[in-house]
Amino acid sequence: MLDVQLHAPTRAVTVLFGHSGCGKSTLLHCLAGLERAAGQCRLNGTWWQHDGRKLFVPTHKRHLGLVFQDARLFEHLSVAANLRYAMRRSRAGAAEWSAVVELLGLGPLLGRAAPTLSGGERQRVAIARSLLTRPEVLLLDEPLASLDAASKAAILPYLERLTAELAMPMVYVTHSADELIRLGDQVILMEAGRTLAAGPVETLLSRLDLPLAHREDASAVIAAQVQGWDEALHLSILRLGTLQLRVPQLRPQAGQRVRLRVRARDVSLTLDPPGRTSILNVLPAQVLETVADSPGQHLVRLRVEDQILLSRISEFSQRHLCLQAGMAVFAQVKSVALV
Amino acid sequence: MIGQADFTAAVLTFELAAISTVILLLLGTPLAWWLAHARFRGKAVVEAIVGLPLVLPPTVLGFYLLVALGRNGPIAWLLEPFGGAGLAFTFPGLVIGSVIYSLPFVVQPTQDAFALIGRRPLQAAATLRAAPLDRFFTIAIPQATRGLVTGATLGFAHTVGEFGVVLMIGGNIPGETQVLSIAIYNHVEALEYGRAHVLSGALLVFSFVLLFLVYAINRRLPGRL
Repeated sequence: MLDVQLHAPTRAVTVLFGHSGCGKSTLLHCLAGLERAAGQCRLNGTWWQHDGRKLFVPTHKRHLGLVFQDARLFEHLSVAANLRYAMRRSRAGAAEWSAVVELLGLGPLLGRAAPTLSGGERQRVAIARSLLTRPEVLLLDEPLASLDAASKAAILPYLERLTAELAMPMVYVTHSADELIRLGDQVILMEAGRTLAAGPVETLLSRLDLPLAHREDASAVIAAQVQGWDEALHLSILRLGTLQLRVPQLRPQAGQRVRLRVRARDVSLTLDPPGRTSILNVLPAQVLETVADSPGQHLVRLRVEDQILLSRISEFSQRHLCLQAGMAVFAQVKSVALV
Repeated sequence: MIGQADFTAAVLTFELAAISTVILLLLGTPLAWWLAHARFRGKAVVEAIVGLPLVLPPTVLGFYLLVALGRNGPIAWLLEPFGGAGLAFTFPGLVIGSVIYSLPFVVQPTQDAFALIGRRPLQAAATLRAAPLDRFFTIAIPQATRGLVTGATLGFAHTVGEFGVVLMIGGNIPGETQVLSIAIYNHVEALEYGRAHVLSGALLVFSFVLLFLVYAINRRLPGRL
């Protein structure tokens, strides 16, 4: 039973997010026509499924690319032959071939037999193969879920390039908050085959009524602009509205806009401006909302300039500070990470 | 050492086995595919019917085939308008008998191979714009090579070695229906042990070499691990 509405805009990554068994992969397979549930489905102007008109286009006639969790390379073929399989049927040309091989760094792998590849390599080949079908929409079904941490870290930059460079709608299924934050533009939170909430990733991450904010790795994402780099201190200076952020090590180009992930557990609160402290960033903030989290823990939603931060504090601190909506506080941000 | 009659029987045997194997592959492969992928009520019934020759005495199978293919059987009735008169005691009759008799030996390894591939690579091929027939020939067949080779070999070898069914529906007509196993039987009946030794030995060596080659080659073929 699926009860979900999904609209995937061009040039955006729509993430289907939820626990395993919530129906997100099933929804993706329904979009691909590999499974069937009652409903309607249309790509641009073409109907793929319209129950009212008894219309159901089989998978091989849908202009989509699908990357499976288990890659599903053709084991009897080489890497190049796997890619050619897609290319021949979509009439992709030599230009597309070289672009895709370059994008996913497959040059050295082309001659290898499929069974000799590592998990990360297999997934890169699978992504390339799906791109060579010249899809009008790219569906990714937990492409990193079965990889170890090192392979994940190695393949994420390829996915980021992909989402940045390709002007095609993508639907990305995952249960990893990390992938959601790094790759997603908008998100559909799913639970038991239904939509719990849908909207921009930044907004949903910080909503205290949704499960995202109550995860152990709950985070807010803020946007900032690079102002400069302090060579002597190895610090980047970022501008956040009228405020300044100091971020060690990060060295982007001046003027560039960056997205920063701030974990709720890395933000502590104080009512008085701290005196001398080792914390790099102390930002004046306003409490918007507080809510009980796991036992002994409290979550606080804050506004800093026009952006939202989350802070996870102890129940003890909450009673001590008596935080309420509207109060002015100082958020001490222990660390931030570039998304 | 080997007489003209024995030579004729040998040629006939291999002709029969070759023709039957080709027909078995053409019929058995789609049947195996259907059994591996279709889900329907009564699938067990179909599988049991295909598997019957494995357990049925060849004389029983041969007897029913004799009734079906004989002068008064349904096949003769169907062929009558075209001037036919039943297929018992003819080479085409032997081919029909062999195909039915050896069917499970081809279908079962092939069906297992198809089942082992599963739906996953085929779904992947569908997302790469491959139509159903395209998927069958470019994914299923190449990945099931092991099962197909095993099935074809067993079908061929089993046909070469069949005796009961042939005796029932083909009889013993030299040059038309007399195959090696029958020739050996004749030699033994006539106490020509020397000639029976030659043919039996040849069949033994042939069967061993065939199976040995298949097992040796199969290890190198793409089956799925």
